Amino acid sequence: MLATIERTRPAETATSNLVVASLEGVNKNYGSVKALRSVDFRVRAGELVALLGPNGAGKTTAVKLLLGLLQPNSGRVRVFGGDPTNPENRMKTGAMLQVGRVPETLRVREHIDLFSSYYQKPMALAEVVAAAGLEKLQDRKFGDLSGGQKQRVLFALSICGDPDMLFLDEPTVGLDVESRRMLWDEIRRMVGRGKTVLLTTHYLQEADALADRVAVINQGEIVAQGTPAEIKAKTAGKRIRCITNLSMSVLRRIPGVSDVKEDREAVELHMIEAESVLRELLSMDDGLSGLEVTSAGLEEAFLALTQDTGTNGNPQN
Amino acid sequence: MSTATVVLSNTQIQRSPGDTARVYLKEAKYEFLKNLRLRMYTASVLSFPIMFYVLFGLVLNAKEAIGGTGVPTYLIATYGTFGVIGASLFGTAAGLASDRGLGWLQVKRASPMPPFAYFVAKVITSMIFSTFIVLALFALGIGFGGVRMPLGEFAKLLGTLAAGSLPFSAMGLALGYFTGPNSAPATINLIYLPMSFCSGLWVPFMFLPKIVRQIALALPPYHLSQLALGIVGAGRHESSVTHWEVLAAFTMICLGVARIGFQRDQEKMYG
Repeated sequence: MLATIERTRPAETATSNLVVASLEGVNKNYGSVKALRSVDFRVRAGELVALLGPNGAGKTTAVKLLLGLLQPNSGRVRVFGGDPTNPENRMKTGAMLQVGRVPETLRVREHIDLFSSYYQKPMALAEVVAAAGLEKLQDRKFGDLSGGQKQRVLFALSICGDPDMLFLDEPTVGLDVESRRMLWDEIRRMVGRGKTVLLTTHYLQEADALADRVAVINQGEIVAQGTPAEIKAKTAGKRIRCITNLSMSVLRRIPGVSDVKEDREAVELHMIEAESVLRELLSMDDGLSGLEVTSAGLEEAFLALTQDTGTNGNPQN
Repeated sequence: MSTATVVLSNTQIQRSPGDTARVYLKEAKYEFLKNLRLRMYTASVLSFPIMFYVLFGLVLNAKEAIGGTGVPTYLIATYGTFGVIGASLFGTAAGLASDRGLGWLQVKRASPMPPFAYFVAKVITSMIFSTFIVLALFALGIGFGGVRMPLGEFAKLLGTLAAGSLPFSAMGLALGYFTGPNSAPATINLIYLPMSFCSGLWVPFMFLPKIVRQIALALPPYHLSQLALGIVGAGRHESSVTHWEVLAAFTMICLGVARIGFQRDQEKMYG
């Protein structure tokens, strides 16, 4: 299902080699918690990169480092070739962060007016309002908006300065389908205008639909990077589910099997090509039953990437 | 720690002075509008000193005098001080603690906003509300309490109380950095109310127990109220230079504490 989403733009055309933002060997700890572990990550000019990972994976930390809101314990953070706290860089970047509370008594128009004043060449208010779909909400107080509408105001604030680089931390969280599509279109339009976008998401569909490149992050480490197609190819493949007497260790030794899980009375095996594994399975166990073969979607690829890939075969859920 | 200094030191690099002024002005304008529309702020900050003044200065005691100064005049100085402190503490600390704790300040910090604009806006807004409160007390006193004073005296009292907003705004910034979004209002009250009482802002100073009067000497509101009372001829005839010095020193200490909080925040994560 996910693979069929039409890509609106070939990945190669808009990208160049100029690195706009990067984390180089970055470690970030909060006390004893390692939020990021030797992360290397680059965003090139004109790219739309998705940082994909489950909650608590370190996505927000990565964004905050790139915005200069946090300092790494070690490693280097660069934006436009300089320190991200450099005010000149801040002029060229826009950010949408997850906020617990925004001043509620100011109107949408006023919030945008204030943030626009921070930038040297802001977009016209009407343009910002249209881009964020806020035409009818301009005069509402922020506190009177729904969750999705609030999210759109935060998006408006991130683009109002017409920045070259946009950092969007979970931009579509809490949005209904229609608003999400609208925001996607708007994000694509920004990239179409030559902007560079880094967005974080835990929606695979979002990464697949929008990104030129996806970096999958889990437990503070980048576990895979590539185009959405490459990410899928890396781990996607087939999944065999069956009820068998064979032990887990035997199953794991079958050539081609990348992962084995117990699932209630059955077992689930992951592999790239199912045929050879099937032959092997059927020859080893006459009593095998309940056989199902399915292809793994991006969902599986994502789970496979973000689950504990250690050798204990004990995936965390 | 060093980053904070860097951020602050090169904020002005590319805006023209006119643009910078415009940003500061807008920041202050919206901070003012934000608080004006915030019923929790206006209701508590404006109504308490006015209510107290009407009750104790106009309804009761209106014909009495304290040491030769009519009660309605005397209480403009003390409830004025009380109002200024409330407007300043709540105007800075509550908003800052909430913006800081709930992520809004990070959005602002990620933008090219000059960092000082945020603080200056809060201080200016507190000062405007402080001025409002004192003017309201004057209007009530002149209209209903028979308060009369020369224009120069009036201007001096208003100016002193408005300037008195500064030390308490500084104190608010310090508090805002060391309280959470939920605990800030309670913490402010816990300091504000006893401090006001002990400084003689509710009950005239000479009626306070001796021990409290001794404590008062160490409290900044006492010094501001004595400056205000001095103008209407009801002070304790201490040197006003000393009062100003105490307030100035207090301001510096609070700004120092706020700065420590500011720097601590650079390295901390919220939300």
